[in-house]
Amino acid sequence: MLAFINEPAVLSIILAVVKSIILVSVAMFHVAYATYFERKAIGHMQVRMGPMRVGPHGILQPVADMIKLFFKEDIIPEKADRTVFYFAPVISFVAAISSLSVIPFYKDWYVANINIGLLFILAMSSLGAYGIVMAGWASNSKYAFLGGLRSSAQVLSYEIAMGLSLVGVMIMAGSLNLREIVEAQNKLPYGMFAIPQILGLFVFLVAAFAETNRAPFDLPEAESELVAGYFAEYSGFRFALFYAGEYIAMIVMASLLTACYFGGWTLPPFILKALPWLGLVPGVVWFVLKVYFFIFFYYWIRATLPRYRYDQLMAIGWKVLIPLSLLNIFITGTLRILKVF
Amino acid sequence: MSNITMRELKEDIRTGLKTKELVLSMGPQHPSTHGVLRLVLELDGETVVKCTPYVGYLHRGTEKLCEHRTYLNALPLSDRLDYIVSMANNVGYVLAVERLFGIEAPPRAKYIRTIVSEMARLSGHLLWIATHALDIGAMTVFLYSFREREWLLDLFEHLCGARLTTSYPRIGGVRNDVTEEFLDSLYEFTEEFPRRIEEYETLIDQNRIWLQRTKGIGVISAEEAINWGLTGPVLRGSGVPYDVRKFAPYDAYPWVDFEVPVGKNGDVYDRYKVRMQEMRQSNRIIKQCIERMPKGPVMAPDAPKFTLPPKEKVMSEMESLIHQFVLITKGPIAAPEGEIYSAIEAPKGELGFYIVSDGTGRPYRLRLRSPSFVHASVLPRLCEGHLVADVIANIGTIDIVLGECDR
Repeated sequence: MLAFINEPAVLSIILAVVKSIILVSVAMFHVAYATYFERKAIGHMQVRMGPMRVGPHGILQPVADMIKLFFKEDIIPEKADRTVFYFAPVISFVAAISSLSVIPFYKDWYVANINIGLLFILAMSSLGAYGIVMAGWASNSKYAFLGGLRSSAQVLSYEIAMGLSLVGVMIMAGSLNLREIVEAQNKLPYGMFAIPQILGLFVFLVAAFAETNRAPFDLPEAESELVAGYFAEYSGFRFALFYAGEYIAMIVMASLLTACYFGGWTLPPFILKALPWLGLVPGVVWFVLKVYFFIFFYYWIRATLPRYRYDQLMAIGWKVLIPLSLLNIFITGTLRILKVF
Repeated sequence: MSNITMRELKEDIRTGLKTKELVLSMGPQHPSTHGVLRLVLELDGETVVKCTPYVGYLHRGTEKLCEHRTYLNALPLSDRLDYIVSMANNVGYVLAVERLFGIEAPPRAKYIRTIVSEMARLSGHLLWIATHALDIGAMTVFLYSFREREWLLDLFEHLCGARLTTSYPRIGGVRNDVTEEFLDSLYEFTEEFPRRIEEYETLIDQNRIWLQRTKGIGVISAEEAINWGLTGPVLRGSGVPYDVRKFAPYDAYPWVDFEVPVGKNGDVYDRYKVRMQEMRQSNRIIKQCIERMPKGPVMAPDAPKFTLPPKEKVMSEMESLIHQFVLITKGPIAAPEGEIYSAIEAPKGELGFYIVSDGTGRPYRLRLRSPSFVHASVLPRLCEGHLVADVIANIGTIDIVLGECDR
């Protein structure tokens, strides 16, 4: 009766489901502790302790937060557009978490190894903006509405810069498959695209901050201006979905940064040559450490920089980042034709 | 938005699309309107077309309440004006009453009052830089400056038992003398504080985003600033060196050295610079006061009709007990008839007390000239034509406290 399980197609589906479940649970755990770590890290930067009450050094704070968010009343404003209001956080969350499926954490550690991995992530991150715009519209609140408008404009303009900055990587690797991109980097003596693609890296880094609505580009949720921006009217679990979506998007961007510019799970060959015993450490450790570093970098920036103004943000996107990324494509393309690499 | 009715939609289609400004009510409950200020913004996209401030959400009728209290009993009401710097308000009030009665506080009391006014200025400016930076998005400055403010509030507590609503100065002096520990700790603070100011400046002073958000924002020329009746750092940011401490010196200000920092462009950045420099000057004043403070009484001795007798005497002498009783219940009977306007340089600007006396123990009318009220009126001038984010920067830069604005 269970013979159909041995069919290769069925087997691969089961495998994908199991992988997805593992990935989602690991990702959600990371989201919970990313919030804790953010509060701790920023707390210490600001001469305070951060959460200290729940468990030793507040280690159980995410659990308490989660319980609280689960049991909070799910308030829907009377004049809200109910259907859209229900779906907005789901879209935001699903778009973020499905991007995780194509990220190679280690040689064979991925849910889907598709040839257009990079394109898939870009597509998903722009889909996430729909959730924000819809939330802003459906809440029928002016603050949320302004937040949604800001977000749509921001995501639109920074997406172009981000996509263009990744073109350099695509040219160098000759592929859109994230696994092949990582492997292409390992063939270089210094083991990462961060050095030849320094311009692209800069553009990507800035655009990633804007894509994920993080400081200094956190205009859609600017607390001091728009109170909470697009999710001002959300509460309870729907709010948690937005929150989780934002953190997963952050993890996705950090992973993308690691995979496309910093050699993914590999170590630069010259380091391995100098310290061969480092080769014994499984590659996933390097991947995760790199991702943690970039997440920390996000927090670091948040504690340091003031917030940009809406028009300044647009000016940076269109007048600085897009020309820079075009220049990067030109340089990379020229070098490629001249067979420098 | 989504609640446009079908009929309206049809009307729009028939007559052609028309655009309308989005009316956004910002406040009275809003994280960065600094209390309960309400701004009604008419927005064209993100641009503010019209900005109307509404005040009065914190109105407690302070002026009217003063009419029913003796001069002495009205003192605690001044705490609640600008509750961040209550010490400065107290000093302003007692000075006005002293001028009405023609009493002179002894030199030591004058020095102490100067010290506490400057401490109040520091704590007010520290709160200002904390919230102003937080509004613009630089959240780290907030707790750094609160660390120093805490130090000052602890010193206030040491001095008079209260951190916020101090009511420490008295008509004719101050309530009690300062202790040696207080002066030592304060001196230590003045030694340390310039370094701390540098610390805040490292965080934002040269930050490109900070410069972009503050330079050329909320510009007001010197002439306009005078016409709007602006005072304090907001006026000095436009380059007018007007400071009550220099123009009509009171307490110990004529005996200490300090400069009045002025800006040039009259924008948010210059006002920020002026306040940062003012903190350094305040620090200098406090230091000089501690060094030069003479010994002596802290209450005017020759005016038992106006000032409360010392507590020990109340406990031991019949005369003093009677004085205390009469002063508290009836107030000073022999208040001269007349009118007086007396102003001090409060951290926010010129804080004026206009007292009309009809010869009884209570003021016939007490009018407050509060800088926050005047400054709130200039908001439309600063905001219109700019973006929503600039509204926040402008509220921060005029540094208003609604307790004082609504009174």
